[in-house]
Amino acid sequence: MRASRSRSRSLAYSAFVVHRVSGLLLALFLPLHFLVLSQAIRGQAALDQALRLSDLPAVKFAEWGLVVLLTLHLVGGIRLILIEFGPWKGTRSGWITATVFIAGCTGVLFLYNLVI
Amino acid sequence: MTTPAHLPTDSKTLSVRIWRGAAEGNFKTYQVPRNESQTILDIVTYVQRELDPTLSYRFACRVGMCGSCAMLVNGQARWTCRTHVSRVLDQSSTLEIAPLSNMPVIKDLATDMTVFFDKWAKAKGQFKGAKSRNDDFAQVRPDSPQRRAADAGIECIGCGICYSSCDVVAWRPDYLGPAALNRAWTLANDVRDTQQLERLKAIAGDAGCHACHSHFLCTERCPKAISPTAGIAGLKKKIGRMAVKGELE
Amino acid sequence: MNEDAIAQARAWYWQRISAMVLAVFVVIHLVVMMYAIRGGLSAAEILDRTQGSLLVGVFYGLFVLACAVHVPIGIAKILQEWGGASPRVASRLSQLFAAVIVIMGLAAVWGVSA
Repeated sequence: MRASRSRSRSLAYSAFVVHRVSGLLLALFLPLHFLVLSQAIRGQAALDQALRLSDLPAVKFAEWGLVVLLTLHLVGGIRLILIEFGPWKGTRSGWITATVFIAGCTGVLFLYNLVI
Repeated sequence: MTTPAHLPTDSKTLSVRIWRGAAEGNFKTYQVPRNESQTILDIVTYVQRELDPTLSYRFACRVGMCGSCAMLVNGQARWTCRTHVSRVLDQSSTLEIAPLSNMPVIKDLATDMTVFFDKWAKAKGQFKGAKSRNDDFAQVRPDSPQRRAADAGIECIGCGICYSSCDVVAWRPDYLGPAALNRAWTLANDVRDTQQLERLKAIAGDAGCHACHSHFLCTERCPKAISPTAGIAGLKKKIGRMAVKGELE
Repeated sequence: MNEDAIAQARAWYWQRISAMVLAVFVVIHLVVMMYAIRGGLSAAEILDRTQGSLLVGVFYGLFVLACAVHVPIGIAKILQEWGGASPRVASRLSQLFAAVIVIMGLAAVWGVSA
């Protein structure tokens, strides 16, 4: 058995995890995104065929997830830029709240535009 | 939980788990008296003096000035002389005392702080000036931005709590860590110091300030209310810009 | 070790600069996407708006290049801190990823805007 290495987590740590995991998932998604769009090189019909994938509910859910992840990463990233380059104002926890809120709004907006 | 034989039968007692061993070992449970105004250091001292003289631990001033008694209390690095048992038990029904993390364990609650201090030296955490006793005093305004920045970090007593709390230290063994970088920041803001460039070169990169991900755990845990995160952010910006402009060669 | 440190300091800097650039691109892209998904996605709708457009080509071309700077630096850090990779391996893998982003990304931009 090893001595305890656990340490209780701060809000800023959770913000870091969200930022890193969202970045990683977005990075893994990018080549797939480019692959689908580059079917346009083979003509409109080829792109249409690739886009039909997006009719699947699972794909729609993934699209929604990616939009939310992108927003989380974007707003969380703005917080980090402020921490690293801006005047010192501590953990900027207001920006953590803003990150979750704006990502939530984006998720709702996406669903709205999906169904109208 | 029966009262230990050497105490009056109506005493209140507390069950506490303490790490015994080195890198490998296990937690041993002790029954200690529960007193008012009791600190974690009181408990450790009681165990070593009354129950098990083989327990190894460090302390010195026991009044929150020296930082020697830092240990993990329920997973959080704290000064045990300034941690009241009642506060800990407010948040948890169990009490577990372990040596500081991110350092090799010598025995039980005593860790080897050699690497911690070596990194301090690697970060050029020492003052070097150009004046002698024959020169005039340096004139430094205490309210200048640089002196304010230095003053915010100079109270560090090297207790190791920030270093023990840092995830990046756990992930990258060569990362200099919050204490060394905080000291470097105070010296970077010391207008009298003459090894500015060497210091900035020593703390650049992923073994230095640029590996910090601003988790803020060092800042949260520091008993002196120092924010290494702030100093590291200042260093990142300063050194990043210099690296791009070729001023670090 | 010193040259490594300077290169790492530069990487930190360019990741933050590309992040600032990407912030602008991403906001615009998200707004555009919200409109694009209305009424479903079809190749005809997309290509009608993008094909032959210099603006689309330049905008998304720059977007791809900014990604190619920003993403691999983050990947290299994850590989080292969570993946146990050495700095050399992490660097090589992330450079490979950068090439993938540039090639596939510009191919996609070409596909929709040429």
